[in-house]
Amino acid sequence: MKVARAGWLLVCPALAAIVAFFVLPVAAALALSFTDFDIYALADLRNVRFVGFDNYLHLLQTPLFWQALGNTLYFVVVGVPLSIAASLGAAMLVNSRLARFKHFHRTALFAPVVTTLVAAAVVWRYLLHTRYGLVNQGLAGLGLGPVDWLGDPRWAMPAIILMSVWKNFGYNMVIFLAGLQSIPAELYEAASIDGASRWQQFRVVTLPSLAPMMLMVAILTMAAHFQLFAEPYVMTQGGPAQRTVTVLYFMYEEGFKWWSLGSASAVAFVLFLFMFAITLLQMHVARRTGA
Amino acid sequence: MKGSRARSFAVNAALAALSAVTLLPLAWMASVSLMAPGESNTFPPPLVPASPTLANYRELLGADGIVRPALNTLGLAVGATLLSLTFNVAAGYAFAKLRFAGRERIFKALLGALVIPAQVTMMPLFLMLKYMGLVNTYVGALVPWLASVFGIFLVRQYALSVPDELLEAARIDGAGEMRIFATIVMPVLKPILITLGVLTFLGSWNDFMWPLIVLTDRDLHTLPLALASLSREHVQDTEMMMAGSVLTVLPVLAVFLALQRHYMQGLLAGSVKQ
Repeated sequence: MKVARAGWLLVCPALAAIVAFFVLPVAAALALSFTDFDIYALADLRNVRFVGFDNYLHLLQTPLFWQALGNTLYFVVVGVPLSIAASLGAAMLVNSRLARFKHFHRTALFAPVVTTLVAAAVVWRYLLHTRYGLVNQGLAGLGLGPVDWLGDPRWAMPAIILMSVWKNFGYNMVIFLAGLQSIPAELYEAASIDGASRWQQFRVVTLPSLAPMMLMVAILTMAAHFQLFAEPYVMTQGGPAQRTVTVLYFMYEEGFKWWSLGSASAVAFVLFLFMFAITLLQMHVARRTGA
Repeated sequence: MKGSRARSFAVNAALAALSAVTLLPLAWMASVSLMAPGESNTFPPPLVPASPTLANYRELLGADGIVRPALNTLGLAVGATLLSLTFNVAAGYAFAKLRFAGRERIFKALLGALVIPAQVTMMPLFLMLKYMGLVNTYVGALVPWLASVFGIFLVRQYALSVPDELLEAARIDGAGEMRIFATIVMPVLKPILITLGVLTFLGSWNDFMWPLIVLTDRDLHTLPLALASLSREHVQDTEMMMAGSVLTVLPVLAVFLALQRHYMQGLLAGSVKQ
């Protein structure tokens, strides 16, 4: 049939590209993770050996890998809720009936999302400067600090979280705004007639209405947070005391600094498994709580 | 009534404060980029330049500056946009409107692939390109932008709303499928073409990790790469780094402001994927 043939013809180029540059590389990465592909193999392919699960077992015995995993989880566990809370708060402010210049505010709050991540990281490196940075200036105004944000092992990751919340909250804010606008006003009227306070209305009307959206936002935000790389690369180079080495940063160094591409592939798959497991867990929790 | 006036004030004050804090880093970046070298590192740090100067920009746009990276970035972003439009629009339309055997199953499989982070593919992709001699070429940098599941999904969702009667009428008139796609469907899809184009352009412009891996040659560096390596070499030159950041960010902010509506549409469409 002509329609079917045209369909295949139009789909084929894209499918071929996805197979060649995504599906096959994923399969190849899995295969690679079971080999000792390193700088010698890069010079001569005959040096590649099949090593089974050695890369994975070796990772489990590498303290820096555990550190990277811990750092990444820290970023995810603290950063994701903060980011979502900021997004929701901003969305509710912009959506408020009383708010003026909504369009301007929405654009202003969204601006960091489109700014180039590397440029933002460079700017924040200076904003977080211990002596001349604006952040410590602000804290000094409140009688606090100074904090050695990027030099103190305890503060480096919080600093990156701060920057990341600033950079990303606008994205989910726009999604929440669309969700808030679709909640029928009658629900709020009914709740207020029943004598519900603002906080109760938030608990009983707003949150349940946003629940399905919340699940999707949480899954996507978490996936994005697991992929932290450019911020530590630019702001801290993994330091201080390796407190900002993330899984992807570790993978990058393993693969493209030391050229252990087999081991780097194993790191990538561990990251994938983590993301997958946590996504399943979120969906399970959501189903249990009826969202 | 008094209570509601107070509330209105509180809401608008909070909103103004939030926007101000959010814009502050960008405003600070622009302000410091106009300061004389070393000026921002005095105590207390000034917020506005004593006598604004374009010296930092002049240096960056000079011989050893970032003109080359800027052109690289622009070229790659335009290339990525054209490629992504070519591949994804055709596929997205076909998945929406042209019935063929296995269509639903293939589409489901594609959506399933979204759970795999792209970084998994980076090691084999690098090796593949290395053996093809494409590391340190523009082609190597563009490969991941050829087709994307997200792009196909975006176009498909939009194309679903193209009325079947429109296509049937053209078929009855004897138009071939390719002609229908080119002359009837494409004009209808224009809004989503712009959306996908903006998203791809900004995504490519801002991309960091893949160019970092595949473009090690300094002459091929994009703006984010150039900025990252500049910031490692010139840690003390705050003012020049801010000028570099402004030059990197300004084009994307301009594109975003000009095409904001399309950008937001794409963002919302992309986030309701099931």
